[in-house]
Amino acid sequence: MVNLIIDGKNVKADKNMMVLEAARSAGIDIPTLCVHESVSRSGACRLCVVEIKKGSRTRIVTSCLYPVEEGLVVDTKTERVQNVRRLVLELLLARCPESDVLWKMAKEMGVEPQTRFAVDTDKGKCILCRSCVRVCEEIVGVSAIGLFNRGSHKAVGTPFMEKSDVCIGCGACVYVCPTGHIEMTSAGDKRKIWGRTFKMQACEKCGKYFAPIDQLKYISKKTGTPLKEMMICTNCR
Amino acid sequence: MKKDMNTQNRQLPEEVRINYGPKKKFITVCAGTGCRASGSLKVKETLEAEVKKQGINIEVLATGCFGFCEKGPLVVIHPDKYFYQQVKVEDVPEIVSKTVIKGEVISRLLYRHPDTKKTLFREEDLPFYKKQLRVVFGQNGMIDPTRIEDYFAIDGYQALAKVLSEMTPEDVISEVKKAGLRGRGGGGFPTAIKWEGVRKAHGEPKYVIANGDEGDPGAYMDRSLMEGNPHSVIEGMIIGAYAVGAHEGYIYVRNEYPLAVTHLSLAIETARENGLLGENILGTDFSFDIRINKGAGAFVCGESSALFASIEGRAGEPRAKYVHAVERGLWDKPTALNNVETWANVPLIINKGADWYASIGTEGSKGTKIFSLVGKIRNTGLIEVPMGTTLYEIIYDMGGGIPNDRKFKAVQTGGPSGGCIPERLLDLPVDFDRLTEVGSMMGSGGMIVMDESSCMVDVAKYFTTFLQEESCGKCVPCREGVRRMREILEDICTGKGKEGDVALLEKIATGVADGSLCALGGSAPNPVLSTIKYFREEYDAHIREHRCPAGVCKALITYSIDPEKCTGCGLCVKVCPTQATSGEKKKPHKIDNEKCTRCGACIESCKFDAITVK
Repeated sequence: MVNLIIDGKNVKADKNMMVLEAARSAGIDIPTLCVHESVSRSGACRLCVVEIKKGSRTRIVTSCLYPVEEGLVVDTKTERVQNVRRLVLELLLARCPESDVLWKMAKEMGVEPQTRFAVDTDKGKCILCRSCVRVCEEIVGVSAIGLFNRGSHKAVGTPFMEKSDVCIGCGACVYVCPTGHIEMTSAGDKRKIWGRTFKMQACEKCGKYFAPIDQLKYISKKTGTPLKEMMICTNCR
Repeated sequence: MKKDMNTQNRQLPEEVRINYGPKKKFITVCAGTGCRASGSLKVKETLEAEVKKQGINIEVLATGCFGFCEKGPLVVIHPDKYFYQQVKVEDVPEIVSKTVIKGEVISRLLYRHPDTKKTLFREEDLPFYKKQLRVVFGQNGMIDPTRIEDYFAIDGYQALAKVLSEMTPEDVISEVKKAGLRGRGGGGFPTAIKWEGVRKAHGEPKYVIANGDEGDPGAYMDRSLMEGNPHSVIEGMIIGAYAVGAHEGYIYVRNEYPLAVTHLSLAIETARENGLLGENILGTDFSFDIRINKGAGAFVCGESSALFASIEGRAGEPRAKYVHAVERGLWDKPTALNNVETWANVPLIINKGADWYASIGTEGSKGTKIFSLVGKIRNTGLIEVPMGTTLYEIIYDMGGGIPNDRKFKAVQTGGPSGGCIPERLLDLPVDFDRLTEVGSMMGSGGMIVMDESSCMVDVAKYFTTFLQEESCGKCVPCREGVRRMREILEDICTGKGKEGDVALLEKIATGVADGSLCALGGSAPNPVLSTIKYFREEYDAHIREHRCPAGVCKALITYSIDPEKCTGCGLCVKVCPTQATSGEKKKPHKIDNEKCTRCGACIESCKFDAITVK
């Protein structure tokens, strides 16, 4: 365990924790968008920045990636920190004006949209947090989607935005997306995602369509479980 | 490393040393990329053919960059060291028959002092070179970079031999520390402290890397070093590797530098053949080798963590660096990453000693620094000066001042994310700390000079556009914030600026600087902040009066012809691409501002200064 001071409070934290966890464990809220418990962290959204003090020097750091240290002094609500968070939200609201998640967060933080920014119409709700890319690579293990282009042209998608051969239609990307950008629609025995239509497997007991056949095949191959043993949904198992 | 090695093996083979004695006749032709572009290779070939034709046995060397790119192709005739500039193929027969054979000088090819009009014979007489101290860069012009023998002849690899025979790794680090060497890539971090960190760090293998991803517009110091004296970089890296305990190294160089890649590859190969790279270097038990990693030319890959990602085969995106690269760098292993110029300084420190090195420069910044001097300046080129040389000396004494009788306005130092420094700060001694104090930075050493015809809002827009395009797009403040700054600057330059825009720019700039993930975003607001700080009145003129004082922003200016000055010669009619100028012969002409695209062709062509911009 290490001892640190967050917002004037003495906090005990496990030595493997990041400042974000230490703060949250002490009931101090730090906003985040790109942190998801299932995937590794990128530090892309910059909402979780905090100010740390070492000697007479202070520095803005990313709390989701900054490891706790003995004696570390952290301030989560200084003017500098708040200014970064407000700017990030203003910038994201102009990028993704349709995101309810962002509007709710802005309201909570008292941030008004910056009217001087021309609102984007082509970015959807994607804030480029890259949780979807990471879950597809790290958890699912297929890397069907990735980031392409650079700078303000950066976007997420399948290679060349064509139908992906390796996507298994599992929808993990939809699950981790913080703003609900990724579209997945289901109708009858069909599921549509990333421009591809997947055939769904009906549960042999209850008859409900529960998973794309491609996903079941993938799991079967990966785990060695025969495909025919996987025809029952998790509720009936 | 053990100290019980046989010193006998560690000397360089005597037979490879060439004697460039003071009497030996030879000709050097600058074959840096700049001079090549103005035809120096053709000059070299013609010289070779001509000396053969005239039956003389004299060597013609294609060397690295001489630095005075403005006047290329450059040719020097040794031993008299006559410095010929802007040499053309047609000049070659005369050079051989007069200068080479008879020792006569051809005054038309000499540099003429712009003020005194005196012809100057030798490099050291030229004002461009006079105040320089070319200890790192100067050897470029004496060697053929494709031949390791030439490097041996200027005491190449002697520093390595000394290190391996007489010094422990700790000795090397303490020597570099005593010299006070700081990183030339921009940050100015003390090199010895970095090396010490890598040496002490746990984890194997350890790496050394040369950062040759020079990406600043107008900067080409590192390119010229890699092209012109690749062995100096390699020797520095071998010494560094010995000091930190690394056995593998990389040179990260952008693929847009094909000549640098070729010369480095050749240098690595010949160093291997001579037992200077690979297993058991110079017969010791120290082994080290270098690989070249070609980058695809993304500016952000000059940032350390993005560079590591790129070498590892991933997209060049930075990551948060709370565990320093000295502990977890390339492949998460301890890594000493230094700029090309930093590495090239290392053999010099070993050869000449830390005390000598530390006697050059200022209190906090030791040694020399190479700058590329470009923009609105008479003498475009590369200069090497002691740290602490003032901007005035650089721009006026070496650079020769501003051409076309225009007035100096600002100098941008530190590349795109550096800052613009105004005239009143020209007495500033250039070193790491002083440049940061005034809101700019050393960066890798690019200097872009601007005169009264440069609009500072337009300049800020230019650099911000560059940074928007080069942002990797990972974190929100840099990706979105820099883009929004660019949009506002665009508005201001096209007359759509609003009251409050400057304050908003400052607000975004502060947030981007504080909130960005890496140093690119952290310094991206510098062009905006420094131009606001020193040239606020230009922003106000654009926003409030819809006026561009420098006459640059096309939407805010109109062209007109002064009927008093116009002679009706009709030249402006001929050059205008949109038929906006018209008039009867020998009578004052007119410009139709509806048709005029403000391209400036008429101004360039008018011999009577009759066209005015408002």
